[in-house]
Amino acid sequence: MLDPNAYTRRELLRGGLLLASAAAAAPLFIQNSALAMEAMLGGLSSAPGIPDERVLVVVQLSGGNDGLNTVVPFGQPEYYKARPGIAIPQRDVLALSGADGVGLHPQMGALREMYDAGMVSVVQGAGYPNPNRSHFKSMDIWHTADTTATGDGWLGRYFDSECCGFGAGEGGQAKGSPPGIALGRTAPLAMQGRAVQPVSFESEELFKWSAAEIDKDLAEGYDALNRRGAEGGRDTNADFLLRTALDAQVSSDLIRRAVAQRPLAQYPGGGPGAELGRQLQMVAAMIRANLKTRVYYVSLGGFDTHAQQGGPQGRHAQLVKGFSDALKAFYEDLKKQENDARVMTMVFSEFGRRVGQNASQGTDHGTAAPMFLLGPMVKPGVRTEHPDLRDLEEGDLKFTTDFRGVYAGVLNDWLKVDAAKVLGKSYGKFGVVRG
Amino acid sequence: MPQDQAKAPGITRSLVPIRPEEFGYEQARHLLWRAGFGGSDAQVRRLASWGPEKSVDVLLEFGGKNAPFDPVEGDRFDRDIVRPATEEERRAYRAAQQKGDEDELDRLRKVRQDRERQDRQQVGEVAKWWLTRMIETDAPLEEKLTLFWHGHFATSYRTIENSYHMFAQNQFFRANAAGSFADLLLGIIRDPAMIAYLDNNDSRKNRPNENLAREIMELFSLGIGNYSEQDIKEGARALTGYTFEDDEFRFVERNHDFGAKTILGRSGNLNGEDFVSIILSKRACADFVARRLYNFFVADVPPDERGGAKELPQTQRAVLRELGEMLYARGYNLRPVLKRLFLSRHFYDPSIVGQQIKSPAVLVVGAVRSLQTPVRDLSILLDAMDLMGQRLFFPPSVKGWDGGRAWINTSTLFVRQNILAYLVAGRRPVGYDASADTDAFDAMAMLETTDDARVVKREPGAVAEHLLRVTLGRVPSEGLERLRGYFASESGTINQRTVANALLLITAMPEYQLC
Repeated sequence: MLDPNAYTRRELLRGGLLLASAAAAAPLFIQNSALAMEAMLGGLSSAPGIPDERVLVVVQLSGGNDGLNTVVPFGQPEYYKARPGIAIPQRDVLALSGADGVGLHPQMGALREMYDAGMVSVVQGAGYPNPNRSHFKSMDIWHTADTTATGDGWLGRYFDSECCGFGAGEGGQAKGSPPGIALGRTAPLAMQGRAVQPVSFESEELFKWSAAEIDKDLAEGYDALNRRGAEGGRDTNADFLLRTALDAQVSSDLIRRAVAQRPLAQYPGGGPGAELGRQLQMVAAMIRANLKTRVYYVSLGGFDTHAQQGGPQGRHAQLVKGFSDALKAFYEDLKKQENDARVMTMVFSEFGRRVGQNASQGTDHGTAAPMFLLGPMVKPGVRTEHPDLRDLEEGDLKFTTDFRGVYAGVLNDWLKVDAAKVLGKSYGKFGVVRG
Repeated sequence: MPQDQAKAPGITRSLVPIRPEEFGYEQARHLLWRAGFGGSDAQVRRLASWGPEKSVDVLLEFGGKNAPFDPVEGDRFDRDIVRPATEEERRAYRAAQQKGDEDELDRLRKVRQDRERQDRQQVGEVAKWWLTRMIETDAPLEEKLTLFWHGHFATSYRTIENSYHMFAQNQFFRANAAGSFADLLLGIIRDPAMIAYLDNNDSRKNRPNENLAREIMELFSLGIGNYSEQDIKEGARALTGYTFEDDEFRFVERNHDFGAKTILGRSGNLNGEDFVSIILSKRACADFVARRLYNFFVADVPPDERGGAKELPQTQRAVLRELGEMLYARGYNLRPVLKRLFLSRHFYDPSIVGQQIKSPAVLVVGAVRSLQTPVRDLSILLDAMDLMGQRLFFPPSVKGWDGGRAWINTSTLFVRQNILAYLVAGRRPVGYDASADTDAFDAMAMLETTDDARVVKREPGAVAEHLLRVTLGRVPSEGLERLRGYFASESGTINQRTVANALLLITAMPEYQLC
């Protein structure tokens, strides 16, 4: 590997290569297909049947998803007693084969199809000790994997510990794409580490200079000035900026070209499904364009259903239908690309909601809730126990699964790193990959 | 540095003052950017004509009775949006709970949520007020120091959810901005925002919460390596009972541990003030604070020597040592130390000038102040600062903002370029109402401040050079080449449109991120 400091525009052009910024704080690792080829041909370690160059997609449901109306415990009569106005009648629940007494919300047909195809793992009762009911605080706890909600993000720590997230063990090197890309205004805390900053953008239109269209000659000047790169060897702040500016241009080209591709599947056309679908479509496009990025982060808001949340129909129904439909389209897209097997998706929310409905036909902030793991390689089925509705704590569910155990499984089994090192302690062996 | 100067009797080597004849346009410009938020060509020229001594004195003159900027009206922000429940409200809640009156409970919950929403709105208003102040103030160093203390004693609204406490803390920083660090450290243990942020209101005699004591030692005053875990435990005991009620500090005797304690080798029935005084008596404290000030105003240095950080050059070590020494000798009085620093030749060294990465606040405020663009929409500016990693009143953690290179990545770089495009050309960032902002930016005013005959005659090459010098402080050859190319593509036309376009190009140069 060349001295990363030594990248200049000339080398970039000569190699047709992408480049890595040297300094720790410089995030930028952009890849091109030449490097991807090299990586594919290079000595990658392989576990039988499991593709290399794995990708993790995190889907955050913001606001606190009502877990009880997502994975419905129709087998527990207490569920119906506590929710006379909003419960999902048993006849409407979509049964999950192999699971007793629980099923999916009737609007989640798309996810049930994936379940039937062995692509869904339902993790019930995910939570943590002494649950916090503040959106901010609880979200920070999920992001840091620390119940004090302090410290770096769990994925940021993964990036830091594993050579910028390219896993030394898999023959990867920090010479590819950004290790993490978040679609959204700002990068989530989960992705913030010490050495590596994730790239984030809400739409690819923000990932370019807004004045470029004013004047062609101006745009040319801009391009030239921002693609100068830095002389090798020096590392002043000015050099750092010149390198990052070049990285930004190359990465902007790559990402904007990637997402300009037409999707290979039909994503939902309206509502929450379109909002999440738009992001997942961009992720699929970037995966298809062979970015080496390991972790993508997307989110869907609106789950804070304090009032009039509805039952089989209504607001919450639209939300769960939205993420269910969008994820199905995402995997269809990936399958057509033949990339589906190397992408695992994890869905979570900062908390579930209280068992009993409130006076406004809604639900207030609660505790444990289901997580979903998706993809052809997941260990399928309904995993772990559903919390017992007869055994509540001040009207709230007791968690049955520490969410950090699920993180540990994803880190160990999927991203192939030592989860205990990343998370600071061991959370047991929760297998996430099919045996 | 000439040897004769360095060896002159009575003048220390590392902070030898700059001579008046060495203080020209470039130095004045540097001073304005670092001790403030930059300035227009005319302002730079004025400082250059004053010379170093007067310029630094003027910048440090603030906070007196005749503060030039309108002091905040005390009632500008509502202090009661968030307040303790009244006895009546508590009774109503208890009654509803006992009766199981869900409708009433729901109503009370809504009232609370409504207040929370109002308060979030108000913290946004406080941020706008502060940003306006930074943009308009006649005492930029006062605001710059307030920003420094906000990052040093980092407290986030996200945790405390009380906008008035954030505002009061901001006023406390401003009132002591260049005063004494001792007053700041003594004040911070009585500051409701900080007490809530670091959980000291939950600290009790029998179960002291160590959060505040720990962060005071680690991040606010001494730095790791200068205290032990035992000192934290004892410090936490000294701080028990330091809490607040509504908006006021309260010392609650029954929660305070009056027992004997030993902190950093000093024993007695120590209280919170003793804890702080003992810390202040350590030279390590002065060194730590000097280092943070140096990092903010002069050049990136790691907060401490941990983790095998690159060893600092000899000259920098000497400067830091001397600053610490002076701060200590002056009883933590900041003004003389800052004055010495801003007058030092070291501060104007070519390795220092133009090498600092602008914080988002400096980028945005500095653009308005130096280019004299319209302010346009404060919410858009604040949003952009958030996207660039610096949301006022929401520092990411008690460590504050890392600053330096951590500000820059490929996403923030585009945000930086695009917010300048908004200020200069009124082009709203993607995601906002697409109509252009109509306030006109008078770009030609940039050419009115010089009597350079070639600029007056609107010679494109000279105009390009002038714009670069005013905007970047220097004339990089690639920039000059591209600007000339641009003016040539416009057949050499120099007018409002082409000069504004030239400024778009300059402010999108990687060099524009530096000051």
